[in-house]
This record gives sequence, structure tokens and C-alpha cells, in this order.
Amino acid sequence: MTTRLTTSAMIASFADPGQKTTSAPFGHALVRLADERPEIVGLSADLAKYTDMHIFRDAHPDRFFQLGMAEQLLLGAAAGMAEVGLVPFASTYSVFATRRAYDFLCLDIAEPNLNVNVVGALPGLTTGYGPSHQATEDLAILRGMPNLTVVDPCDSVEIEQCVPALAAHPGPTYLRLLRGNVPTVLDQYDYRFVLGKAAELRTGRDVVLISTGLMTMRALAAADRLAADHVDVAVLHVPTIKPLDTDAVLRAADTDRLVVTMENHTIRGGLGESVAATLAFAGKGRGILPIALPDEFLAAGALPTLHDRYGLSTDAVVDRVRGALGT
Amino acid sequence: MTTTVDQQSARLARLRDAAHRIRRHAIDMGEVQGQGYIGQALGVADILAVVYAEQLRLRPHDPHWDGRDRFLLSIGHYAIALYAALAEAGVIDPDELQTYGSDGSRLPMSGMASYTPGMEISGGSLGHGLAVATGMALGLRHRGNPARVYNLLSDGELDEGSTWEAALGCAHHGLDNVTAIVDVNALQADGPTAGVLRTEPVADKWRAFGWHAIRVDGNDLAALTAAFDELRAHRGSPGVLICDTRIGCGVPLLETREKAHFMRVEAHEWQIARDQLEEGYRK
Repeated sequence: MTTRLTTSAMIASFADPGQKTTSAPFGHALVRLADERPEIVGLSADLAKYTDMHIFRDAHPDRFFQLGMAEQLLLGAAAGMAEVGLVPFASTYSVFATRRAYDFLCLDIAEPNLNVNVVGALPGLTTGYGPSHQATEDLAILRGMPNLTVVDPCDSVEIEQCVPALAAHPGPTYLRLLRGNVPTVLDQYDYRFVLGKAAELRTGRDVVLISTGLMTMRALAAADRLAADHVDVAVLHVPTIKPLDTDAVLRAADTDRLVVTMENHTIRGGLGESVAATLAFAGKGRGILPIALPDEFLAAGALPTLHDRYGLSTDAVVDRVRGALGT
Repeated sequence: MTTTVDQQSARLARLRDAAHRIRRHAIDMGEVQGQGYIGQALGVADILAVVYAEQLRLRPHDPHWDGRDRFLLSIGHYAIALYAALAEAGVIDPDELQTYGSDGSRLPMSGMASYTPGMEISGGSLGHGLAVATGMALGLRHRGNPARVYNLLSDGELDEGSTWEAALGCAHHGLDNVTAIVDVNALQADGPTAGVLRTEPVADKWRAFGWHAIRVDGNDLAALTAAFDELRAHRGSPGVLICDTRIGCGVPLLETREKAHFMRVEAHEWQIARDQLEEGYRK
């Protein structure tokens, strides 16, 4: 039995005790891609080791570029490399890519619509450090940026599949990176990542959970638990936050079922509001139960403690759904 | 390379003609809109003449040629000067300059890459050019492409921390295919640079960051050519040419006007400016 973590470490796992995991899926996927595509390069801002970029650095040292703890340079230089025909993956923590280097992502990468792939680790609440490292509003920051594709993967399987898809997409992308020992969940489902597409992972008559990122893992676990109570729960996984698969969202949410959105992100400006807007803009406005982080700067602490406290744990999700159903 | 006295004077005469045409184009464009950063354009005309008439490897009719030297204008408001230089270099037709700043023109008042052939980046938000140049230079070297990367920045742009992030990066990676050109006109939006945010000693700062730095009078063509020749031959570290320029250079009416970042020119003064420019050129 795994001991439950109780410390506010920067690098922490959100895997459930005993859960199957895969080590550094992003780094290994990038190496495999680079073996086939010589124009793939990797850049980091003194965080290669903590963004799984070190796997690529060790496999392709001549194609790895260290820019130092200088995120404006990281993204400006990534743009310059794309301008001369390379396909960069630039990794740092999400907070630094979005808050600190926004202007460089916007004007050097997104405006010229370059194939630069920005990889942000510790998205949402995936670190025990406080607000300095918790990128709880990165989706809200980036959804307003024209040309940018935003992907929030669920697990190691999805990360492995999306890396080549991001490189193949001609424009800029932002990946919410899960790093280290990443849960492996989608191997149990008949799933293929398609950029811009949502996927119904399970069907259900009573509730539909529309989820993104690691919350899809929690959605699937919650659906299993609720099934034991004879509540039939569907799960629509939405890995691409922008552009949103509005057809799939409308098909899932224009229903008599309870509609729940689930995201590892503040309730402001993420998936929940995107789904609400999609429904309202289509004249299908209706109530939604949003499961998201509160509009607050969050506490430091151990991830399991914080996921319980802020409502992202499977227990918390099940309780919210039961409450809404009145069961 | 040895050059005879005759060759050097012919070279300088050619550059003086180019700089003159760039200034005349800039004044014509300023008159079209009744405004523009004409003071800065006249100040950097000599630098752009040397860069575009002899330093850059370009194919004027193939602005995306992979082997071209890249010239990055991070100071987007200097676009008026760059358009004049692109016309001089044959990248754009001089007749097109009269559309400067008009709706639908390929020559907007702030330089944008998607609008204008030969405009490598969209400037305007300062402190971006040298970071992008770092990546281009790293990428070109990685690909075995001998092209060089130039970045024209202003002394005001040295306020931006990102410029110094990139200065560290270029030096760390030994990017001797990068040449930064700093236009020191000692003036920025809120007044003289010395009073806004002191950047001197500029050359010492670049040297401390690991750059090969040369400082010249940016309106002295002989000094500019010697400096560019030295930088081109330099190996092992990036080079920076710090150019002290005079706002309005070549037009006494504007040189002597109270210094302002955005210089107002009355409608009747454009012809005076043109006349003074011709007069100075004929001397």
C-alpha cells in the first residue's frame, strides 16, 4: 500500500495509490518523433530535468538547446528557430510560459502562426507549491490568443499520441504537460487522440461528465463508482480546449441528463465556461454543474490533500454528482 | 582584402548616394501621412545604407530565399526608414512608397512581417528582436546555413530585460553569426534616455555580457564601413555595433528642432526639408 503524501513538494504525483503509471511519456515520445523527423528540436529554460525534456536532451544532444532561466528568450528563440525551418518543442513550467512570457508567445509565435510547440508542466493544481508554481489560470490566459491550439491531455497514452500530432499541426500549440510517472488510463479504452476532437469514452443515460486533462481520469473513476449505485454516467473527454469540438459538446450537452464539466483549472475562463458559452451561443442554454478550482490563489500542501479540499478528487466528484442528483 | 584609396572613396560615394536616396524616400513618405518617425529615419539612414547596399546577402526578388541574411527590425516604428531601404535594395518598388501608412497598403506605419516583403518580423513591442535573432542564429548554424542575422534595436529598447536575456543567450552559445546594431539617439518616448532610464555605459554593458562591441558615429559612413568589416571578420562571439546617431541628420531644420521622440513637421516644412537635404548632398 502506498503511503499517502502529506508534504507540499514541488514535484508530486497525483496518481492514485497503486495506479499504473508510465515514466516521462512526453520525453520518450519526442525522442521517437525526432528519430523520424530531423527538423524536430527541443528547447528548455533550465527545467529540462523537470519537464521530461532531459530524455530528449540525452538522446539528441545536438538538437537540444538550453536557453537558461530566461523564458522570454526561450519563446522568442523558439520562434526564430521555426522561422528558419525547424520544429521546436519548448518546455518550461506553465506559469512561466503563460504569465511571464505571454507577449513572446503572442507576438513572436502566435501572430506569425509558427509551428512552435510550447510545453507547460505543472498545469492547474499538479504541484504542492503555492501560486508561484500552480498554473490555475493558464487556459483562461491562452484561450483569447488567436491561432493557438491548446491541448490538455488525460494521461501517458494521450501524451504519447499527441506529440506527433502537435508537430504535424502547422500552427502553434500549447500542451498542458503531465510529467514524471504519469498515470496510464486510456489503454483500457478504445481511444485515439485526434487534434480538435472530443471523444465519448463511455455512454450513460443519467449523467454526462464533460471533462478535460487529468480530470478525465477522475471522471472515469467517478463513473465506475456511480455505476455501483445504478447511476448511468457518460464521459465525454475534451482534450483540445481550443479550438473546442463544439459539435461534440452540443451533442453531449443538449440532453435531459445532468451535465457536469470537469477541469483542473479555475472556474473562470476554462472548459466549464467554454461549454456554457457553446450552449448559449447555439440557443441551447441550460444549467451545468461545474467542477473546477475556485477563483482563488490556492494553498500549498500535498496534492491528495489539495485535490480533496478543492474538489478534484474522485471522492469529491462523486459527492458533487450525488448531491446534484439528490441521491 | 586590400582596398585602394580609390576603391574606398568609390565605396563611400556609392553609400552616400544610397543614404541620400533613403532619406529622400523617408521625407516623401512622411509627407504622405503628414507624420512619421522622420527624425529617427534620417538618423539611421547611413546605417541602413551600409547594411542594405553592401552588407546583406539578399535576392531582392526572392525575399524568402533560404540563404538570405536576416535583418530584424525590432523597433517597428522605424518601418518608414526600412521601407526606404527596401526600396533602395530593390525589394519593393519605390513607387509603392507613396502608399505608406494608407489603408490597404503593404507598408503600415509599424513594421509587420505579414504585410511587407523583406520585413522579417513584426516589431513594435520592444525587446523581441534579439530573442528571435538568437533562435534564428542557433537554427541557421544548426542547419549549416552560413546566413547572418542582424537586429536593429534602439537605445530605449535596452530598458527591456528580454534584450539582456537574449544578450546572455547569444554570448553563451557563441553566436558569431549575430550582429546587433544599437541606434543610440539618446532619446525615448518620455524624454532623453539619460533621464528616463540610464543605459550608459552601453559598450561596457555589452562587453560584460560577452559581446565584441564597437562604438562609432552612426552618421559617419567611413566609420560604419570599417566597423561592419571588423564585425564580419570577428569569430567566436556575437558582435554589436553601437551607433551614436543624430535625430534628423541631413536636414538642419529637424536636427536643430527641440528633440522629440515623435517629431511634428508642419505641412509646409516637408519641402523645406527636401530642399535642405538636396543642398547638403550637393556640398
